[in-house]
Amino acid sequence: MFRPMRERAASATLAFSFDGQPLTGRAGDTVAAALLANGIVACRETPVSGSPRAPYCLMGVCFECLVVIDGVGNRQGCLVPLAEGMRIETQHGRRQFGEDAA
Amino acid sequence: MIAIDDISALSSHYDLVVVGAGPAGLSAAARAADLGLSVLLADENPAPGGQIYRAVTTTPVVQRDILGEDYWLGAGIAARFERSVASYAARCTVWALGPDETSPGAFELGLSLGSKARMISAAQVILATGAQERPFPIPGWTLPGVMTAGAAQIALKSAGIVPAGRTAIAGCGPLLYLLAGQLAAAGTEIVAVLDTTPRANWAKALAALPDFLRSPYLAKGLKLMAKARRSLRFVSGVTGLAAQGDRQLSGVRIVRGSTAETLACDTLLLHQGVIPSVNLASAAGCALDFDETQHAFVPRVDAWFASSVGGIAIAGDGAGIGGAESAALRGEIAAFDAARKLGRLSEAERDRQAAPFQAELTRRLRGRRFLDLLYKPAAQFLAPPADETIVCRCEEVTAGQVRDAASRLGVTGPNQMKAFLRCGMGPCQGRLCGPTVVELIAQTRGTTPAETGYYRLRPPVKPVTLAELAALPPTDEATKAVVR
Repeated sequence: MFRPMRERAASATLAFSFDGQPLTGRAGDTVAAALLANGIVACRETPVSGSPRAPYCLMGVCFECLVVIDGVGNRQGCLVPLAEGMRIETQHGRRQFGEDAA
Repeated sequence: MIAIDDISALSSHYDLVVVGAGPAGLSAAARAADLGLSVLLADENPAPGGQIYRAVTTTPVVQRDILGEDYWLGAGIAARFERSVASYAARCTVWALGPDETSPGAFELGLSLGSKARMISAAQVILATGAQERPFPIPGWTLPGVMTAGAAQIALKSAGIVPAGRTAIAGCGPLLYLLAGQLAAAGTEIVAVLDTTPRANWAKALAALPDFLRSPYLAKGLKLMAKARRSLRFVSGVTGLAAQGDRQLSGVRIVRGSTAETLACDTLLLHQGVIPSVNLASAAGCALDFDETQHAFVPRVDAWFASSVGGIAIAGDGAGIGGAESAALRGEIAAFDAARKLGRLSEAERDRQAAPFQAELTRRLRGRRFLDLLYKPAAQFLAPPADETIVCRCEEVTAGQVRDAASRLGVTGPNQMKAFLRCGMGPCQGRLCGPTVVELIAQTRGTTPAETGYYRLRPPVKPVTLAELAALPPTDEATKAVVR
């Protein structure tokens, strides 16, 4: 959905995964920006109808970018900086019990 | 500036806590610290700047003219704050603000940083929580591929990324034209700018034109508009929009009066102006009024930006939309008054020092009314006529359901509507549906938004985990309440 612009300041590259798929992102980006830059279309499915949703406002207001990060559900992807080795997953509907039991 | 990375490094009390690190918050915190107050600036984002100067100290965008000179003014505001002795907690969420039960007149704030919560106190509070984009409910606006124009701008500023495919931009207001220009300069393929400004607005705005012609907005606005119109496909007089696609955006249906066409696109960016972010102010008890010109609920403030709650001031766009330059000035003025309330400045000294900022603010706000009137969204984009349009994105409540509850069930206000439909009860806490629900109820019942009122908001205004709350140190009062 998004791509890096032609001229962009160099930054370290971070490895992370989305639903098990290995991806890379730019250090300094948020989780939501990293997903958009990798062409990820949807990051969650709604609790009511299960319809796919993607980041909408990128400023912490809309809560559409909710994802599971390292086992913890309901994280706002647009406010969490990407970190090396992060395990990011689609949030399917409501947060499930026991997800972050560890 | 003292950077706070760990919540345990916060003091338990500050003279002043400022919430939000946009132009108003940065200016208020820097000014207050210079006046000798102990200041904490708390902000949700990883770096200072708010949304208008988003990532101004960290942006990967190297070609300065893409974002325009106005953006880089933010670097000066951030640098001045960094030279101050104020404390700064980035990535810190303020989820509660209320009276401090142990100290009359003071406030207690609930904060989260690094998955840990803490309560601290403050003698004075300045809310600089800024603005959010006005909801733009059209059929299909929940499809992946549809986002706000502001979101695309944030992606550009903070991550140096741009929409990859065919991009359509729809709506009205100065920010729409600014964004179109920025994205085009950054290499986005913009297939159309779909302008929804109602033609009838020109007549209404005409009375405010003389002020606008003498205002700093004029030159800037004309430049933006000329640039966008010159280089992009500009479609004016758009009266209807619908995003289309199956599980992902594939195009946008455009209605202009009696004609309709469908434009294939991969990204649709929506924008119809900005409105104050009122959740924290309202939850703290600050009174709101419906501003007819800005067509939004706005906190009630006096000339020093003091709210209806003594000790809480609201600076910047959070107290009514005025733009970045005016936000910085309003932050300064609120800080002088905070120093006066704390006895660090006499009233005469406050007045003397604030005078040049007040004069400049008056100049900066001249012409604003023209923009507010010209770019007031059309009725069909405030209260969507198509029943299937989702209004509450979190709980997936449609315009038809809200209308039905307002007419058939006689629901009179947004709080009652919550009980029937759950609109406003999802994680965004009404931020994306509140204005639309109010509009739909008012329209259905033949009343006004002012009479309909707004959601009653309560802390926590942002989600906080039970684990964080449970880990808060127990107070004596809390222990006594449960131990018998």
